Amino acid sequence: MTDKNKDLIDRNLQDINDDGVDRRGFLKCMAWAGTGLVWTLSGGIPASRAFARSHGQEASKGGDFSFVQISDSHIGFNKPANPDVTATLQTAINKINAMPHKPDFIIHTGDLSQFSKPSEFDTLDQALKGVAAKQIYFVPGEHDMLSDNGEQYLERYGKGTKGAGWYSFDHKGVHFVGLVNVANLKAGGMGSLGHEQLEWLEDDLKNRSASTPIVLFAHIPLWTIYPDWGWGTDDSEQALSYVKRFGSVTVLNGHIHQTMQKIEGKVSFHTAMSTAFPQPAPGTAPSAGPMKVPADQLQKVLGITDVNYLVSGRSLAIVDSPLGDSGSSASKSGRGLALIGSSIG
Amino acid sequence: MTKRNMWVGGLAMPVMAMLLLFAGSPSVRAADQRSAATAEVKIDNFSFGPQTITVPVGVTVTWTNRDDIPHTVVSTDGVFKSKVRDTDEKFSYTFTKAGTYPYFCSVHPKMTGKVVVQ
Repeated sequence: MTDKNKDLIDRNLQDINDDGVDRRGFLKCMAWAGTGLVWTLSGGIPASRAFARSHGQEASKGGDFSFVQISDSHIGFNKPANPDVTATLQTAINKINAMPHKPDFIIHTGDLSQFSKPSEFDTLDQALKGVAAKQIYFVPGEHDMLSDNGEQYLERYGKGTKGAGWYSFDHKGVHFVGLVNVANLKAGGMGSLGHEQLEWLEDDLKNRSASTPIVLFAHIPLWTIYPDWGWGTDDSEQALSYVKRFGSVTVLNGHIHQTMQKIEGKVSFHTAMSTAFPQPAPGTAPSAGPMKVPADQLQKVLGITDVNYLVSGRSLAIVDSPLGDSGSSASKSGRGLALIGSSIG
Repeated sequence: MTKRNMWVGGLAMPVMAMLLLFAGSPSVRAADQRSAATAEVKIDNFSFGPQTITVPVGVTVTWTNRDDIPHTVVSTDGVFKSKVRDTDEKFSYTFTKAGTYPYFCSVHPKMTGKVVVQ
């Protein structure tokens, strides 16, 4: 890792490390936390709690709800890092179905498939039919636009969306925006939203009250995590300028197959684990390729994310849970946001 | 060389014909000719190696993906564009005009390379 990059990572992590948690240790912890995030939105400020433990305790207040983020299922991947990605997706689904507090919906933050093949999307659809959630919202990853410019993806998951598949919706007072930053990528660049989408986003947000909690979700991180590996979005700053006036903004991403979190003012950034295979922490390997771990360790580095919205506490809670193993590792709480990686086995 | 992905422009035909002829000949001279008409770029760890390759006009460059992740080989100026290449899959293109051809992986655009044809 170059000093420049190390500094960048350190800077990114600085905000969340004013609590005495060693910076490096925190990064490591985040990198190895779980596979699913549970987000609880409570009045618009994100907070997190342990997936399997605290659900139900806070579930009763009117307007509270939760949703689950899953990401990077890569159906069709069959290399040694995980020869059976359909099975680990199924484990994630089982985990969601076993949650005592049913999520209102699921968000999949992209890389549904490995090669954008119809058969891969079929397998994903078949598996997701069994998930206990009324609705699933998708955004594409670069793997979903590999061979056909995203035609298959848009036909299956992009009905009613704009452009390459972006859209917004409201749920119980929270405004959700699904963005696409994997289309028309330029040589030498990172993720890109593009002019048309940015204009749409500005327009989509402009008439909303500043007290509306905002959740932005996209595949590639909307904050620069590691430019050498393309882990960022070139024009995300402009997108984020449109949400500055809002009191609570949560940004959910995938792509890097590990959890990372940053809080900047009123904006909380969070990335989710993959359900398919882990990737190395920034700069710790020659490239961002799939990371091989011993078979009995795999489910500890895959996971889902549970997000809970609590009206009373005006907070949004995010919990990352690995697919396997027991125990949990909480990292930070404060400003209404905590992140807990808890494994289930 | 993957036939399916072989781009054969008009000017490349004589080169191809020569290659086919020499392919059947055991002579040293033929082998030399053949090696002079091809060049290799490997994709390892999300990078093209060598990143810049300089070749004479008429040479066929073959890219081989040795990563566990699919990549593409796409000319920045729209001159050539591979299909998605999975592990060990190849893409070849024959350069029939002198010039500099920058390219990148459209899936991982941080991956860039250049073919200089003289």
